[in-house]
Amino acid sequence: MYNKNVRGELILGNKSYGDITRDILRSQEEKAPMWWWIAFAVFFVLMSIGLGYFVPLTISKGIGMWGNNNQVPWGWAIINFVWWIGIGHAGTAFSIFLLVFRQKWRTSINRAAEAMTVFAVLAAGLFPAIHVGRPWDEIFIFPYGPNSRGLWVNFNSPLLWDVFAILTYLTTSAIFWYIGMLPDFATVRDRSKGMKRKIFNALSFGWVGSMDKWRKFEDTLVILGGLAMPLVIAVHSIVSTDFSAGILPGWHETIFPPFFVVGAIFSGFSMVVTLMVIIRKAFKLQDYVTDDHFDAIARIITFVSLIMGSAYLIELFIAWYSGNQYEAYVFDENYLQGHYALPYWLMLTFNAFIPQLFWFKKVRRNLKLVFLITIGVNIGMWLERYNIVVPPAAEDFLPANWFHYASTIVDKWVYLGTIGLFGVGVLLFIRFIPMMAMNELKQQAKRQTSLEPTEAEYITYKKIIDNE
Amino acid sequence: MKKYWRSLEELESVQKNEAVVPSIEFPTDGLSKDEIKNKYVSNRRDFLKLLGFSTAYAVAATSCQQPVRKAIPFLQRPADITPGVANHYATTLSTVDDYASVVVKVRDGRPIKIEGNKLSKITQGGTNARIQAAVLGLYDTARLQHPLKNGQKTSWDKVDAEITKKLGEIAATGQKIYIVAGTVISPSTKKLFEDFKAKYPTAEVVYLDPVSYSAMLEANEATFGKAAIPSYHFDQAKVIAGFNTDFLGTWLSPVQFAADYAKTRDLTKGQKEISRHYQYETLMSLTGSNADYRQFIKPAQEKKLLIKLHNAIAAQTGGQNLKELPCEIDVKKLAADLLAHKGASLVVSGTNDPNIQMIVNNINHMLGNYGKTLDFSRLTLLKQGRDAQLHQAFADMKDGKAGAVIFYNANPVYTCPKGDKKAALIKKMPLSIALTDKVDETAKYTQYALPNHNFLESWSDAEPYTGIYSLGQPTINKLWDTRQAQESFMKWAGISDSYYKYLKNYWIKNILSEKAVAAKDDEQSKQQDSTATESDSILDFTSGWNKALQDGVYEVDVTNEAPEFKAGYLKDHEAEITAFKKPEGIQLALYETVALASGTMANNPWLQEMPDPITKATWDNYITVSPKLAKEKGWHQEEVLKVKAGDAEVDLPVLIQPGQDPSTIGIALGYGRTAAGPVADQVGGANAAALITSHNGHRQFTGIPVEISKTGKTYPLAQTQTHDTMEGRAEDIARETTLAAWQKDKHAGNEKHVFFKDKLEDVNLYKNGYNPDDYPGHHWGLAIDYNKCTGCSACIIACQVENNIAIVGKEQVRRRRNMHWLRIDRYYSSKEDKLYSEVEENPEVFHQPVMCQHCDNAPCENVCPVAATPHTKEGLNSMAYNRCIGTRYCMNNCPYKVRRFNWFNFVEGGDYNYLFNDEVKRMVLNPDVVVRQRGVVEKCTMCIQRIQAGKLKAKDEGRELRDGEIEVACQQACPSNAIVFGDTQMQDSRIVKLFSDERSYGLLEELKTLPSVVYMTKIRNKDEEHKTEA
Repeated sequence: MYNKNVRGELILGNKSYGDITRDILRSQEEKAPMWWWIAFAVFFVLMSIGLGYFVPLTISKGIGMWGNNNQVPWGWAIINFVWWIGIGHAGTAFSIFLLVFRQKWRTSINRAAEAMTVFAVLAAGLFPAIHVGRPWDEIFIFPYGPNSRGLWVNFNSPLLWDVFAILTYLTTSAIFWYIGMLPDFATVRDRSKGMKRKIFNALSFGWVGSMDKWRKFEDTLVILGGLAMPLVIAVHSIVSTDFSAGILPGWHETIFPPFFVVGAIFSGFSMVVTLMVIIRKAFKLQDYVTDDHFDAIARIITFVSLIMGSAYLIELFIAWYSGNQYEAYVFDENYLQGHYALPYWLMLTFNAFIPQLFWFKKVRRNLKLVFLITIGVNIGMWLERYNIVVPPAAEDFLPANWFHYASTIVDKWVYLGTIGLFGVGVLLFIRFIPMMAMNELKQQAKRQTSLEPTEAEYITYKKIIDNE
Repeated sequence: MKKYWRSLEELESVQKNEAVVPSIEFPTDGLSKDEIKNKYVSNRRDFLKLLGFSTAYAVAATSCQQPVRKAIPFLQRPADITPGVANHYATTLSTVDDYASVVVKVRDGRPIKIEGNKLSKITQGGTNARIQAAVLGLYDTARLQHPLKNGQKTSWDKVDAEITKKLGEIAATGQKIYIVAGTVISPSTKKLFEDFKAKYPTAEVVYLDPVSYSAMLEANEATFGKAAIPSYHFDQAKVIAGFNTDFLGTWLSPVQFAADYAKTRDLTKGQKEISRHYQYETLMSLTGSNADYRQFIKPAQEKKLLIKLHNAIAAQTGGQNLKELPCEIDVKKLAADLLAHKGASLVVSGTNDPNIQMIVNNINHMLGNYGKTLDFSRLTLLKQGRDAQLHQAFADMKDGKAGAVIFYNANPVYTCPKGDKKAALIKKMPLSIALTDKVDETAKYTQYALPNHNFLESWSDAEPYTGIYSLGQPTINKLWDTRQAQESFMKWAGISDSYYKYLKNYWIKNILSEKAVAAKDDEQSKQQDSTATESDSILDFTSGWNKALQDGVYEVDVTNEAPEFKAGYLKDHEAEITAFKKPEGIQLALYETVALASGTMANNPWLQEMPDPITKATWDNYITVSPKLAKEKGWHQEEVLKVKAGDAEVDLPVLIQPGQDPSTIGIALGYGRTAAGPVADQVGGANAAALITSHNGHRQFTGIPVEISKTGKTYPLAQTQTHDTMEGRAEDIARETTLAAWQKDKHAGNEKHVFFKDKLEDVNLYKNGYNPDDYPGHHWGLAIDYNKCTGCSACIIACQVENNIAIVGKEQVRRRRNMHWLRIDRYYSSKEDKLYSEVEENPEVFHQPVMCQHCDNAPCENVCPVAATPHTKEGLNSMAYNRCIGTRYCMNNCPYKVRRFNWFNFVEGGDYNYLFNDEVKRMVLNPDVVVRQRGVVEKCTMCIQRIQAGKLKAKDEGRELRDGEIEVACQQACPSNAIVFGDTQMQDSRIVKLFSDERSYGLLEELKTLPSVVYMTKIRNKDEEHKTEA
């Protein structure tokens, strides 16, 4: 056993197991604070308007309610889809990659990250579903059995792979998240009474914490992790083939699969940081999400940002080096100096330049800056998807067709609706599910604290022992 | 029983589980056995409750009934109607804008498509957009559906009694009865007018052409002593010089001229030379966009330029000089070319100024063009309106000399300036009648508005050129309580026959009898005339009537003496002819758009949504302004300006148009209709006819001095193309070269094709290319010849009519959601590689029709997740609408962007009430083509329904398909035969020849999409090697 970790202090305050349980469950055992209600109300309203009014409006009137046009047939919906899927990489990438690489500092963050994944993928999955012209015929996209017409799906199409990849990813992520929570559900169960106890008992599948269960539990997690790891890479690779299998200049690029995966991890990690800063502040969890945590994530973000920057440069280089006039036009006349220069340069600034500030320890340790920079990264990543989806289509091969894209109010509200969905999901998660993996924290605590009972605990234990 | 356990934990877990997990699914603690039984076991009462509920629910759910639509089969099938099989009838379309002999496709009793009549020597099987769209006029629900008197519904009998009485009274007092009509080319109607005059001697017929050709008639009267327009033979001309005339779009007989013009540009049949076309014009017209040399001129410059040209030619041919006016434009080259092609050149001007027309006449005379490219042996009868007569008519109406006025195909309140004053005049008339298709601007003010048949419901005939006739027959019974105008005249003239009999008698007596064969039967016919009708049928065969009716066209030889040219006239009137007043300020030039011409069809949504061939704007008229002038004045696109000419003013938005004279603005006529129907009401724009001025008694359409002021407002315009240059991609998109270069090397301009043909196999990562084994039977292809395509857009409308393509309205066009399967890309090119605003003032224009290219290696096919767009065994890229879920991935991946998405429900039940939501208008839909639902992608199918019909016919007759037997809609409509369809695997077929022509290439062929459509490099007849870069 070692007490000092290269990653710095991951649990402060010399916590006992009991402290951990109490600290983490405080958010659901105490009355919900005012800010929770306000935030919930805001997100719920966003969700209700966005998904309750504008999505049905789109479905009942047609995709014409959006800004898409003949020249740019995909717009915000696909941008948002890719963006959410990217954010959805946080949990799994965080949990699984760090699990496999034995980065123990994941423990206090992975639960929230996984929750984010699930909500983000749900938000993402909404877009392809409502984006098609005839949602009522979406069954056609599944290779379903009772097919009297002898029709089959087209396995050449990346969109079909998308369907498989996303559904698999959603299922796997949800299962991974859920199974990881079993011991914590049991903990909640043990601490509660009545209905709640019954519910959490059911949720925990009657977890008893026997050695056997623990062994099976950990084995399952590792197996699922192993299964999910290629999925993390596959999902965004496949999303990227939606573009790279296309013929449009600026889409037809072999660099896209790794570029997208890295981009997804980039935005996912940033979103995790954004959320964890809030959660830590709101629930005073400084002892569990320490500055060292943020330091570690910031380093990763810096590294990923460098990859992103290189990818942007390679795209530019290839556009020039290939001698392909259409691609050169997209990069030179659209991105660097043309109609789409603003989003392109903002994207470069947010994704490639600003994160370089993390080279300085002072910045990594300044939570306000970290918070702002990670929000910037997600804005940058949204713009990146905008730059991928819109400009190559808007100005492709035949200039006579060229037309620019402008989103409508419906586009914006559907997007806000998914943000509402995500927010509502995260808030419910905070309130009703142990938001950190207590069982893993306790494992971590074993390494990081003396495990000596505190004064108060000592007295309590003493009483119990005395009574018995 | 003994319990074994392995560890303490296991033991503990067993105990705990029992405590926590309930043993049965539903807790029954505290319930008695009976209670448990009642709770969980359903009994008879429950069953009955459930049964009752589900029955009630099923009844409620199914009572929302779908509306019942009845399709009633024939009880006794008429002899010539087979349900599902179309009949074709030849008939004649003759409006104030167009004449065409057409074949109407009638499906189950409904006319659904108009096609050109290939037997016609005039239109030669071609049509234009207006003719294609005319079929919807029949089903226009805004048509007047019963006679009106002072706005009240009345009956025909009452109307006839009242009018006959009044006309008699007026004629008795000696007051004039004016019949104001759009030029009538129907010989039988003219005869009828004579009969009408016989009854009412004070009756007088005045022709009103919305755009006047009066000056030509007058100039010819002065110089030839004959107030007539000769026939123009563009096909005989090697050098064509056009001055402010849009002869390919709107001028005189555009379909015929486009066909003739294209013949001189053809290089596919072994020709070595093409004609050379100079165009001098104020605004950028469709014709000008096709010229080899184009120069913009001020309206006032035209005369100076023509005099200069006149003198240059006179110097060489020994003609008399006219007083030269200073003119900075060089005409040496044109003069030299014209002189080199004496007798094979043609100078035309469209300006309504007799002086200009006289100069033009003299130039043509000096060049020896009369009798060759210009021919007085057959006169053009299409335009006969004389401005002076029209003035006289209105003057008489004002003075009370006229007691009655009958408008027939004429709408002076709309098409003439000072419409409100004319309206007031009409109101005051003792008797005013409008024979009209709807209560238009004029009919609103007449006492009687009497609905005329649509031409598809009428008998008609026409004589567009002397001795060239065509016949028209009804293709459907009248839809509403309308009556053919001719029958009204007959009723009032006291002729009790039907117009059909009148027409037929006239033909048999006057037209068919002129031919030798018919002459033999003349005797016979005279006898039969008086005897029985049952022998009519014999007469029908013998007289040639049946044949003429079936063909739709009939021709007799004419031997008119060519009138003598009075060469001295010009010299005698030199001062008058060369009089010149320098104009000041900004001038206005009015023009007709290719889509709407004079605006009679303003309620036709197809035409309203047709992009203008040059500006690519839809649904509006606007002020065209040259970039230079806009910059100078600080006007910007869509800014609303107030244009004032005299008392009249209009507010219109600016559209910046390169290639037009920077001191002139242009406004289109035919917009701003106020009483044309609900579609026209949605159209913006203003009636520019108000700005027409009068000059020496002639209606003046150009060079009108105007005052312009800003209004501070903006008005959105809907253009289907907003990026006009090729961004240096001309080599891959629109290939062109000069004639000289092509003569040297047949691959000139198309060198890249040679390169790709050799290299393409190796440079692409995609699967291998075209393999004939994949296509065991046919492989369809399309060849488009830029040299013949004028950009007239007839194909766009033909495609829209044939394929039930939705109309989306201005707002959706503005958002670039137009549904046209076939579009025409219009590029401007100049030597500079600059953006729109910096394009040279006078760019060259390139028209490129683009439809689905039916790629053999189609990028769209791979990406559809549901395989809704597969490749057929005949090389077509097909669409399964029922399978499409609308991911729009194919649209993204189509490099030509020809795929269209149904953004809204444009069909029945949607909010878009242009055509598809009207029970009557829907009758025009082609039953062979599915109407697409919202949310599916659609595109050109290469008229697969026509291919199928053609194949079935060949199969029926037990033979192979013949080359050229199947014609796709765009090809059929094309007046210049620029589009050829065929089987690329058929030996020696026309398409195979065109595919292997050195000029042919595939659009964006370096992408290796292997398109089944080829384009043929444009050859411009220019001297210097002109490097087109834009």
